[in-house]
Amino acid sequence: MMPRLSVWFVRASMIYLLAGFTLGALMLAQDGISYAPAVMAVLPVHMEFLLVGWLVQLAMGVAFWIFPRFGLPHSRGNETLIWASCLLLNAGILVVALELWIPAVFLIGRILETGAVIIYAAGLWRRVKPHGT
Amino acid sequence: MPTPTRWFIKTSFVYLALALIAGLLLAARSLFGLTALGGLFPVYIHLLVFGWLTQLVFGVVYWMFPKYSAEKPRGSETLGWWTYALLNVGLALRAIAEPVQSVHPNPFAGWTLVVSAAIQFCAGLTFVLNSWNRVREK
Ligand code: HEM
Repeated sequence: MMPRLSVWFVRASMIYLLAGFTLGALMLAQDGISYAPAVMAVLPVHMEFLLVGWLVQLAMGVAFWIFPRFGLPHSRGNETLIWASCLLLNAGILVVALELWIPAVFLIGRILETGAVIIYAAGLWRRVKPHGT
Repeated sequence: MPTPTRWFIKTSFVYLALALIAGLLLAARSLFGLTALGGLFPVYIHLLVFGWLTQLVFGVVYWMFPKYSAEKPRGSETLGWWTYALLNVGLALRAIAEPVQSVHPNPFAGWTLVVSAAIQFCAGLTFVLNSWNRVREK
C-alpha cells in the first residue's frame, strides 16, 4: 500500500515531468524552426524540473514506499522528517526556477534542496537493512 | 512482467548502448576534431535520460504501481502501448534530425524536430494519464 507521503512525492514528480517536457518541446521546436529564440532561456529550468523534479523526486517517493519497514505495525520511521524533506525539495525546485527572473535566488533554491536531501537520507538511513529485522 | 513492460525495459537497454556509442563518438570528435558530428551532445544526453532512464521508469511503473482496478490492474494497456510508441518514435526522430539540423540546417530536418517535440510531449502526457490514478493510498 502506497503511503500518503509517497503519493505526494510521485504525483509532484509527474507534474514536473509534464512541465519539463513542455519546456523541452518548446526548445526543440525552436531548434527546428526558430520561432522565438528567447525560449532557449528555459534550459536550466528544463534540466532542474526533469533531473530533480522528476527523476530524483520519483526515486525518493518510491524508496519511502518500498524500503524495508520496522516491526509491527510496519512503521516507516520518522515520517515528519520525510514530510519536511518533501516540502523543502519542492520549495527548492520552485525557487531554483525563479532564477529565470531573479538569478541570485538560484543559490537559495540549491540550499533548500541540499537540506531536503540530507534530511531525507537521515530519515531513511535505518531502513536500508534486510527485511524483517 | 506484462508485455509492454518487457518492451519498455529491453528498448531502454538498447538506448543505453546507443548512448554509450554516441559517447564514444563524442570522445572521438574531441580527439580528432571531427566537426561533422555537430549536435550530438544533446542527443547523447537524451538517449541516456529519456531513452534509458525515463523509459526504464515508465516500464517499471506500468508493472509495479498499485493496481488501477481488479479488471484493469494496469490501467489502459492501449494507452501503455501509445506511450511506448510515442516515446520511441519521438526520440528516434530527434536523434536523427538534431545532428542534421545542426550541421546542414534545412526545413525538412527543422520540421521533423517540431513533430518530434510534439510526439515526445504526448509520450509524457499518455504516461501521466495512465499512471495518475494508480498513485493513491491503496
Ligand atoms: C526525460 C527527461 C529529460 C531530462 C532529464 C532532460 C535533461 C536535459 C539536460 C541535462 C539538458 C542539457 C543538455 C545540454 O547542455 O545540451 C537538456 C537539454 C535539452 N532538452 Fe532535455 N531532458 C529530458 C527530456 C526532454 C524532452 C522530452 C525534450 C523534448 C521534447 C527535451 C528537449 C531538450 C532540448 C531542446 C534541450 C536543449 C538542447 C540545446 O542546447 O540545444 N528534453 N535536457
